[in-house]
Amino acid sequence: MSNKTDSNSYTIIFAIIMVVVVGSLLAFTASSLKPNIKENERMEKQQNILYAMGVNENEEGSITFVSTDKVAEIFSTKISEQIVLEVKDGKILKEMNREEFMAANNKKEPYLIDVKKQQTRAKEGKSRFLPLFKGEQEGNLVYVAPIRGSGLWDAIWGYVALDTDMVVKGVFFDHAGETPGLGANIKQRYFMDDFYGEKLLTDAGVFKGITVAKGNNDPLNEDKDDHEVDALAGATITGDGVAAMIKKDLKLYLPYFQNLKNKN
Amino acid sequence: MGLLSKKDTKLITDPLADNNPITIQVLGICSALAITAELKASLVMGVAVLFVLGVGNVVISLMRNIIPSKIRIIVQLIVVASLVIIVDQVLKAFAYELSKTLSVFIGLIITNCIIMGRFEAFALANGPWKSFLDGIGNALGYAVILIIVGFFRELLGSGTLFGIPVLGDSIKKTGLYATGYENNGFMLMPPMALIIVGLIIWVQRSRNKALIED
Repeated sequence: MSNKTDSNSYTIIFAIIMVVVVGSLLAFTASSLKPNIKENERMEKQQNILYAMGVNENEEGSITFVSTDKVAEIFSTKISEQIVLEVKDGKILKEMNREEFMAANNKKEPYLIDVKKQQTRAKEGKSRFLPLFKGEQEGNLVYVAPIRGSGLWDAIWGYVALDTDMVVKGVFFDHAGETPGLGANIKQRYFMDDFYGEKLLTDAGVFKGITVAKGNNDPLNEDKDDHEVDALAGATITGDGVAAMIKKDLKLYLPYFQNLKNKN
Repeated sequence: MGLLSKKDTKLITDPLADNNPITIQVLGICSALAITAELKASLVMGVAVLFVLGVGNVVISLMRNIIPSKIRIIVQLIVVASLVIIVDQVLKAFAYELSKTLSVFIGLIITNCIIMGRFEAFALANGPWKSFLDGIGNALGYAVILIIVGFFRELLGSGTLFGIPVLGDSIKKTGLYATGYENNGFMLMPPMALIIVGLIIWVQRSRNKALIED
């Protein structure tokens, strides 16, 4: 080997050039593709919300969203209202509709509210925004709420459709990096479909949530009053994460649903 | 003479069996354990590594005479990491569904020891064409083991292949399950991947005694 590539000055210059070239290449790729990526993420959110509500093109066992070219239109017709609640310490400070929220927040659509940022705000003791998407399923009102928590490796999140009694009418879960074949199966039909019909409230109206339980002797999940769904083998932490995010994030909506009840 | 000389062909076929990166060199075990619980994930990972190792080997080979030896590992790491990130970004923009499937593997590809191993052991000392073939060969060797392990783990652990039930319905007790057969949940745990890789090594070495070290 030549001595040239061994000298300190060569090494330093090489490192500097490498960093500049690679850095600008990555920055260029990221910024030039950003609009496309943003658009894809926006459509994905709409697809997920609609999926939780039961608006999808599922066939036996498959998960098929409404197609990307139609999703914007279907979203605007199926979601009759986007509600944003501003809450602090378990109390609703303000209830806004889509127009009010967009006017106050740089024309940002409520469905694009970043749940992670709102969770951080709540942790810092500030008020947070809770979006809620109102639609219809088989003639009944359903409300879709976003949830977010952590699995084994990374973030997990999802959307849950609830009727006015806080009974689950559909869910969608997703994850950033759970183990394929184990925790990643939270976004399989056989796991998600189990949640349908499960109740968040006890008969007395106390918030109980849903536990992802091992060995609950109900693998077909026929018992809808036990507040339990059957867990995934080998994915204990991810399953616990799902139960925790349901419990924590959906409880925030409890005052809204109680008000809804009292009004009728 | 065809497209590939005898030596070139050896570069591809050797890693498939007698110099397999997983069973002989025992590299890339970490990802082999992590993602082989289902066949689809094994296949996706195999294809992703095929691409990264093929292209990465060529890039490193082209740069081999200008890379300062003191920081060569860092340079290799930068090449593979930026390659993976660029591919990820392009997929996110133009093939969003596919990128969702791959997102789990991004970290596992960058840290895959086979990739660094081939950069260091082969691409730094050989021309681009040879390095390309070496990359393809090793990635295929890796993919073959992944697919074998994934096949057995998914079949015996979940009773499915590519997510499609092949043994009947385990909950409604139809097909094979009607006879009292049960899925073996232990197959889904990472230790089983190690045991299956061990069994493959055993079979391979008992067929070819030359591979046994004393």
